[in-house]
Amino acid sequence: MSALAPTGHDRQISELRALIASGKRKQVIFAAAGVLCTAFAVLVLIAAFLDLLIDGLPRLSWSFLTNFPSRRASEAGILSAWIGSAMVMLVTIFAAVPIGVGAAVYLEEYAKKNWITDLIEINVTNLAGVPSIVFGLLALGLFVHQFGFGEAVLTAGLTLALLILPIVIVSSREALRTVPSHIREAAYAMGATRWQMISDHLLPYSRGGILTGIILGMAEAIGQTAPLITIGALTFIAFLPPTPVTGEFPFLNFAWIWSEFTVLPIQMYNWVSRPDRAFQLNAAAAGVILLGMTLVMNGLAIYLRYQVRKKIKW
Amino acid sequence: MKESPEMQQSVALGTAAAAGPVTEDLKHKRGRILKERLIELLLMLAGLVAVFTTVTITVILVYESLGFFQFVTVWEFLTGTVWTPLFANPSYGILPLVSGTLTITFVALIVAVPMGTIIAIYLSEFAPHRVREIIKPALELIAAVPTIVFGYFALLFVTPLLQATIMPNLPGFNMLVPGIVVGVATIPTIASLAEDAMRAVPMSMREGAYAVGSNKLQTALRVVMPASVSGVVAAYVLAAARAIGETMVVAIAAGQNANFTFNPMEAAATLTAYIAQVSLGDLEHGSVAYRSIFAAGLILLLMTLVLNVAGHFLRRRFRRTY
Repeated sequence: MSALAPTGHDRQISELRALIASGKRKQVIFAAAGVLCTAFAVLVLIAAFLDLLIDGLPRLSWSFLTNFPSRRASEAGILSAWIGSAMVMLVTIFAAVPIGVGAAVYLEEYAKKNWITDLIEINVTNLAGVPSIVFGLLALGLFVHQFGFGEAVLTAGLTLALLILPIVIVSSREALRTVPSHIREAAYAMGATRWQMISDHLLPYSRGGILTGIILGMAEAIGQTAPLITIGALTFIAFLPPTPVTGEFPFLNFAWIWSEFTVLPIQMYNWVSRPDRAFQLNAAAAGVILLGMTLVMNGLAIYLRYQVRKKIKW
Repeated sequence: MKESPEMQQSVALGTAAAAGPVTEDLKHKRGRILKERLIELLLMLAGLVAVFTTVTITVILVYESLGFFQFVTVWEFLTGTVWTPLFANPSYGILPLVSGTLTITFVALIVAVPMGTIIAIYLSEFAPHRVREIIKPALELIAAVPTIVFGYFALLFVTPLLQATIMPNLPGFNMLVPGIVVGVATIPTIASLAEDAMRAVPMSMREGAYAVGSNKLQTALRVVMPASVSGVVAAYVLAAARAIGETMVVAIAAGQNANFTFNPMEAAATLTAYIAQVSLGDLEHGSVAYRSIFAAGLILLLMTLVLNVAGHFLRRRFRRTY
């Protein structure tokens, strides 16, 4: 039975073992490479944040938030920038949420398989890949000159709304898709119309996912610089738009949407491109606030998504 | 409740007492159907905003570019190697901007493709569940960093760092550093899209490889990678489109002068940087300079469109396979 030469057999086995061992070594090396690459990317993020923090922290003070930009770097602040950002975001929310969620509901719940649906789907995918600065050119041609909105808060808000539309649509669709069809059928069985089913059941049950998408879109919009440069957002704005809330009837004032404005990233760009180091430090301080805001918003979205996934009971 | 004519009629006709509420119901139902139709129409309009946006982008870019081409011949535009539209004696050759854009995209891909692919393989084939749950959000955060922040980082941290250490001759503005930084910013795109493609490969193929004695790495490289190749390539293509459209990092760190070169150690403006630079100045509506940014934008849109369409078809082909 033991016809095999013992030495040859042993050699084969040891060769095999060596092969397996080298395979395992390679796997460990590869896994280490995977972790290292991720670590490198994360390290770049941390380095960027620390760099901003080290440069900008000495400039961060209350007066930095409450001062207008100035020719003197030490007196310059971001008051007009952050208020401008907040106002632009307000317009963006009011435009992007109804349109984005509405489009998502249409595509998920109403759309028949026809060419209109295909057209919408292709365009949503396509818009997600259009460079942000091209949206700026669109806004320059359409909102600024064709509609005559000028370089106003309204123009900026609508531009960013179009820009984040794909994000809102895609994540809202995903959220709607997680609601199982028996919920829909139950609502129909009770005599609900399609819209009653959607507004009373579908939207409430998927609001966590939809909210996640809205926050992600907002985080994307608030950091956008290029499209707003293109529409001619000014970098030196030493006044505030009219307040939206007034003391007299009807208490709401919409003059602010026509006001000229600046936003945080544009203020930062203006400062970073100056050769004067003192202004670059101002840019870093503005960057700390901007990056902090985007990271917090994204963190919130990630946490919210985690909670939504955990809570799903069906 | 108002008495409707039908109701009176039905009472007059002496039908059953229940008929009144029934016709009332029918009326109510008609209103409901109308409302439902209206809502559907409104929602469809919301969906059509996306179509409207694409059409308007195309129309505006083409229209303003046509105006531009009345001053500059298409041939001069596409083959000229000098781009000085703001000079007293202007020259309109787009090639320097294209070369700047391509060089930076190329550098970015050299950084992002290997790293993104390795991360994708690691995430899809090796990483334990808990590690994935940490790495994926971390990548998401990197993708979310405003590009203006990366621009600051490139100009005032990475370039001085390289100058102080391994490249003392690197100019303050160059294409290498923005390329690298854009590359890092695109790693999450490649990693997540390529991982999606790899995870879509059916488990049975991996099990087949294990059954004939492959280890995890061999399975990953010789079975999963080839099986998902069109999805992975789609990730590269879409990442390239993003790198081409990237504006702020290059506008800040690559310089503002159009320079016909493919040498990453030199400074050169890109298509996007040019648009941003010109928009910052006072632009007279309808001037040649104003129209030139739309012509540059049209080239930019065409470049990204080709890549996006290619990526889309590759992904679709991949999805159809499994």
